[in-house]
Amino acid sequence: MENGTQTAVFYILSGLIVGSAFMVVSLKNIFHSALFLVLCFFSVAGIYILLSAEFVAAVQVLIYVGAITVLLIFAIMLTAQLYSPSIRQSNEQVIPGIIIVGTLLIVTLSVLRRTSWRISTQGIEGQSTVSIGKSLLTTYVLPFEVVSLVLIAALIGAIIIARRE
Amino acid sequence: MLELDQLFKNIYLWGENLFTQWGIPLFWLELLGMLIVAVIILAFMSLSVLFLVWWERKVSGHMQSRFGPMRTGWHGWLQTIIDAIKLILKEDTTPGTADKIGFLIAPIIVFVSAFMAYICIPFGKGLIVKDLNIGILYILAITTFTVIGLLTAGWCSNNKFSVLGGFRSAAQIISYEVPLTLSILGVVILSQTLSMQSIVNSQKHIWEWYIFRQPIGFLIYLVAAIAEINRVPFDIPEAEQELVAGFNVEYSGIKFAMFFFAEFANLFLVSAIATTLFLGGWNGPLLPSWIWFFIKSFFLVFVIMWFKWTFPRLRVDQLMGFAWKFLLPLAFINLILTGLFA
Repeated sequence: MENGTQTAVFYILSGLIVGSAFMVVSLKNIFHSALFLVLCFFSVAGIYILLSAEFVAAVQVLIYVGAITVLLIFAIMLTAQLYSPSIRQSNEQVIPGIIIVGTLLIVTLSVLRRTSWRISTQGIEGQSTVSIGKSLLTTYVLPFEVVSLVLIAALIGAIIIARRE
Repeated sequence: MLELDQLFKNIYLWGENLFTQWGIPLFWLELLGMLIVAVIILAFMSLSVLFLVWWERKVSGHMQSRFGPMRTGWHGWLQTIIDAIKLILKEDTTPGTADKIGFLIAPIIVFVSAFMAYICIPFGKGLIVKDLNIGILYILAITTFTVIGLLTAGWCSNNKFSVLGGFRSAAQIISYEVPLTLSILGVVILSQTLSMQSIVNSQKHIWEWYIFRQPIGFLIYLVAAIAEINRVPFDIPEAEQELVAGFNVEYSGIKFAMFFFAEFANLFLVSAIATTLFLGGWNGPLLPSWIWFFIKSFFLVFVIMWFKWTFPRLRVDQLMGFAWKFLLPLAFINLILTGLFA
């Protein structure tokens, strides 16, 4: 693809991400928020495709749209009264909120500025799926196993909490 | 041999010549090509859905010793076209208490997710819109949007039957997606690729078909896929006796038609995926590749319709128990064995 097209697509996707993320936190109707969250996740997947990380993009859609948002919608539907318009989306803690978010923004920005990003000019050889799989089972096998252990622990914990006895 | 991929290639080359002669950048040709391909896919979907609805009614009829539609056209072949025109002409109502925006976009989400999955279906040798190297993963990812659409439809109709139907279908689709994905993983382990065309290419001869090397995987896929598209014996989301019609109670006219359309498009989609993954795709002797693909796919569609009149509907708890306590362990065992012996 030409560079100009890529830049245009990048800005469109970024606009979609920021806009839908803003809608998620500002809309009164919490179900609509969930739908905008779907749009936000989908646009992020678009950014991944732009970076030729198709595998990550597919997994992003599969997990964030297919599992996490559906779970959220389930929670919304099962919670009584959550849908009524009298529910408020914000509370009185405006000033502490601004302070915390402002600090977070400054810290993130300074980290982003100080990091010297390594830009590799050579692409990944072959498919990104293959290289991700290889590095997960060789270089990063320990973190990978630790993550799966944590996930299993969370799964068992959820079952124990949900049991009736 | 009547292969279609050369035809498309020649049309593209002809367009390229024309565009360079006129001095228009090739970017516009690509864009035009995408548009034309999208229209072709849409036309194909419409035709196959029209045919499948008629076929379903004929198969159902003959299995119950009656004829099915007979009056419009030869053996009623015009029936679905008449029905489609009727649905389009009907008044498109929206309930007064419904969530207007959600009510409108729900059928669109369901329809678009079915449409986008067709991009990765290898209809024949070289006949694939885009052979993505994450092919099957892309299809799995994009079809999850159906759940969002169904939940939106159920919730935004503001009707208790719709909500229950939406709930049931979402729970069912999420549960059966796990064994479905695991059964596909067996094929991916054997073929060492996610791309649909490469999977087809790895089963050139009939003894290489993955149905013989992954028989359990094929059965798990078939059962889970029938549950994914909410068909009998897993049609609990739209069990008429319990829920009126499930998530689409409030829908009428063109919006209902879109749900209906997506349902049958998904029926063909799961059969096409099963053909590609387990039955050798478009590989076959003598006949052109795309004809082989359609023979196999429509045979699987017939099998799914056959199931409808063979098995009674499951209860909700039986349905969930079957997915989690039987299919899932079986799929895991299948995956482990495949991994050990591959």
